[in-house]
Amino acid sequence: MAETVITQGCSAVVIGGSAGSLDVLLEIFPKLDKNLPFPIIIVIHRKPGGESLLTDLLQNRTQLNVMEAEEKQPIKAGYVYIAPADYHLLIEENQSFSLDYSEKINYSRPSIDVTFQSAADVYKDSLYCILLSGSNADGLDGMRTVKRFKGKLVIQNPDTAIMPFMPQQVKSNLKADYILNAWEMASFINNLCKV
Amino acid sequence: MFNETIDNEQIQIILNDILEVYGYDFLEYSHASIKRRITRLFSLDKFVSFAEFRYTIKNDKQYFKRFLEEITVNVTEMFRDPSFYRALRNDVLPTLGTYPFIRIWVAGCSTGEEAFSLAIVLKELNLLHKSLIYATDINPAVLEKAKKGLFSLNHLKQYSENYLQAEGTNDFSNYYIANYSLAKFDQALTSKMIFSTHNLVSDHSFNEFQLIMCRNVLIYFDKDLQHKVFNLFDNSIEKLGYLALGSKESLDFWPKIKDYKRVKTEKIWRKL
Ligand SMILES: C[S@@+](CC[C@H](N)C(=O)[O-])C[C@H]1O[C@@H](n2cnc3c(N)ncnc32)[C@H](O)[C@@H]1O
Repeated sequence: MAETVITQGCSAVVIGGSAGSLDVLLEIFPKLDKNLPFPIIIVIHRKPGGESLLTDLLQNRTQLNVMEAEEKQPIKAGYVYIAPADYHLLIEENQSFSLDYSEKINYSRPSIDVTFQSAADVYKDSLYCILLSGSNADGLDGMRTVKRFKGKLVIQNPDTAIMPFMPQQVKSNLKADYILNAWEMASFINNLCKV
Repeated sequence: MFNETIDNEQIQIILNDILEVYGYDFLEYSHASIKRRITRLFSLDKFVSFAEFRYTIKNDKQYFKRFLEEITVNVTEMFRDPSFYRALRNDVLPTLGTYPFIRIWVAGCSTGEEAFSLAIVLKELNLLHKSLIYATDINPAVLEKAKKGLFSLNHLKQYSENYLQAEGTNDFSNYYIANYSLAKFDQALTSKMIFSTHNLVSDHSFNEFQLIMCRNVLIYFDKDLQHKVFNLFDNSIEKLGYLALGSKESLDFWPKIKDYKRVKTEKIWRKL
């Protein structure tokens, strides 16, 4: 059910995921266009240590530049940024990153809620947030904020997610704008236009 | 809900009030995180309007204490980033051990876990007796806790794992006595610590040190303020002394970095 006609421009895509989401990313990345006109920011729950593992895994599958987000780093179109383990990732008004070592949210740091909320505040209605597989409550509050700012809510189809709980929460509590299977996501992202 | 009710302009109003009334300058803190802390507190404390929130912060000293505690993030751990403590143990402290006396500044020490970790390493290197740790923070409430050397027993399992990975040479449980839900750390460690408030934004250099540790504080400051604080540290480090930052912080864009040399792969620099 990936839509091909998308009227609203996209200034950033933020992807959140927990258990079972790595497979989805590995499915998406090889199929992404190499010149996306917006940044992709990824927040995946994982244990501290093994820092560059996820970055390497994704970098090996795409021509986009993949890197761990650094504090104060300007956010650029066509780049993929990954939230570092054990810090919350925030987005500044001037489109750069801040890191925050405050309490875990939903037992998680980085928390998907924190980045979704902060991105919503900056990108407003041109933000696309994608919530993938997971068995955690993280992401729901963030999506609520995104919706309030009229950004777009995209969830992985709970029926085909390894861990349906996380996207299902959004499906039941908020109205998702798009419900996609893992194999439909890359073309969905490729078809998003610049603002 | 976060972000629901306070806009950027209102954040500025509150920060200006705080500077005017209490003298704390948060204007150069990273905006996104301070905004998140303030909106979080607003909803946590169930204020109904911005006006009421503003009035309370300005006029209720007791509430301002809470405000300060909540917006300065106090989260910390013992032996956080074990590889950092391995570098201290194997590379930095042995070099400083050749000095007759070692002065160390732990800036932004929060509730003290970092200062205690450092004291333990110094003790195991047989250097604690000739060391003095100045542990400072902007927030007086965390210093009161730090002085007591009481840490929640819940965290001790994690800390002792960190300690082992940091190549601790003792049995970690030798350093504390468990008492109900708390672990009371050895007084011998505290005896080499001096706790004091110090605001990195507005206070000056107060001594010369062979090692300054300031970890996970600068991520909350904007670039210009970070550079001001680096200058303050530069004025407070002896030649051949060390500066240690948090694992996601860096001296990289600071103009004086050429006077410093990075120690291996950790966020530790030596003044040349
Ligand atoms: C996240 S904690 C870091 C604690 C510890 N250094 C660590 O890495 O685990 C940040 C600390 O910085 C302190 N802080 C914030 N602004 C400060 C300032 N302007 N001057 C001194 N300390 C400050 C806070 O009160 C808090 O205790």
